[in-house]
Amino acid sequence: MNTLADFTFVSGLLFAVGIYGLIVKRNALRMLFAVEIMINAANLNFIAFDRFLWSNSTLPQAALGQTFVLFSIALAAAEAAVVLAIIVVAYRLHKNVDVSELKTLGG
Amino acid sequence: MADIVFLAMMAVTVGGAIFALESREIVYGAVGLAGSLFGVAAFFFLLDAPYVAVFQITVYVGAVAVLIIFTVMLVRHETWMKEVTYSLGRLVGILTAAAIAISLTFAWAASSQLASVPLPSTVTFLQIGQLISTSLSPALEVLALVLSASVLAAITLAKVEREED
Repeated sequence: MNTLADFTFVSGLLFAVGIYGLIVKRNALRMLFAVEIMINAANLNFIAFDRFLWSNSTLPQAALGQTFVLFSIALAAAEAAVVLAIIVVAYRLHKNVDVSELKTLGG
Repeated sequence: MADIVFLAMMAVTVGGAIFALESREIVYGAVGLAGSLFGVAAFFFLLDAPYVAVFQITVYVGAVAVLIIFTVMLVRHETWMKEVTYSLGRLVGILTAAAIAISLTFAWAASSQLASVPLPSTVTFLQIGQLISTSLSPALEVLALVLSASVLAAITLAKVEREED
């Protein structure tokens, strides 16, 4: 049987990979990948702690953790849609999706 | 202690995430990201959250991955396909990621809950539905508004302005 430590280890590893991508990559699409990976690491952590510390409760609120992750997934999908639209607009204006080349927003 | 299935799922999830960031072609990276998100869904199954797992597969592997692949198709261009990576930046990235992973591991190692084995889960679909439709219904309304606003924003941003005749 897997313990809570196994799941937190996977989640921490995923989060570290996401941080690496966010620091190293300058392509807007790759940065979006990194953000999605980090959001998923957080969701996995949330479900793991919910399963081990809360979901055997007899209260009607025992499903609260899973419900929150459902909301989080929906919000992440909305965020991805907006970011992808911004990337399409940036490409149309600059013919590039490298964030170090997009200086219009820099002021 | 982790078993073989768990290790295989972990390899798919973390390997897919690394491949998504380091693949030569960004389209393959999108496929790697979909594989990684699928691995996270498998972990949700393992954690007795089948509803969340199916939701994850529907939304991420079904919708977001396809959306990303379409965007890659739209913005595909030869000049930026050759990505420049600076070796100093990569070193900083690896060091920061390692520091975060190690510090998280130490923080969790100090906890007493980590060796716990789960008790049988009492959560059912019925409870999720009841929560969403009763005490969390304001949150659901706000979420629906946010989703509509973001879809409207995406359409407005991506719309091509036509020249007036």
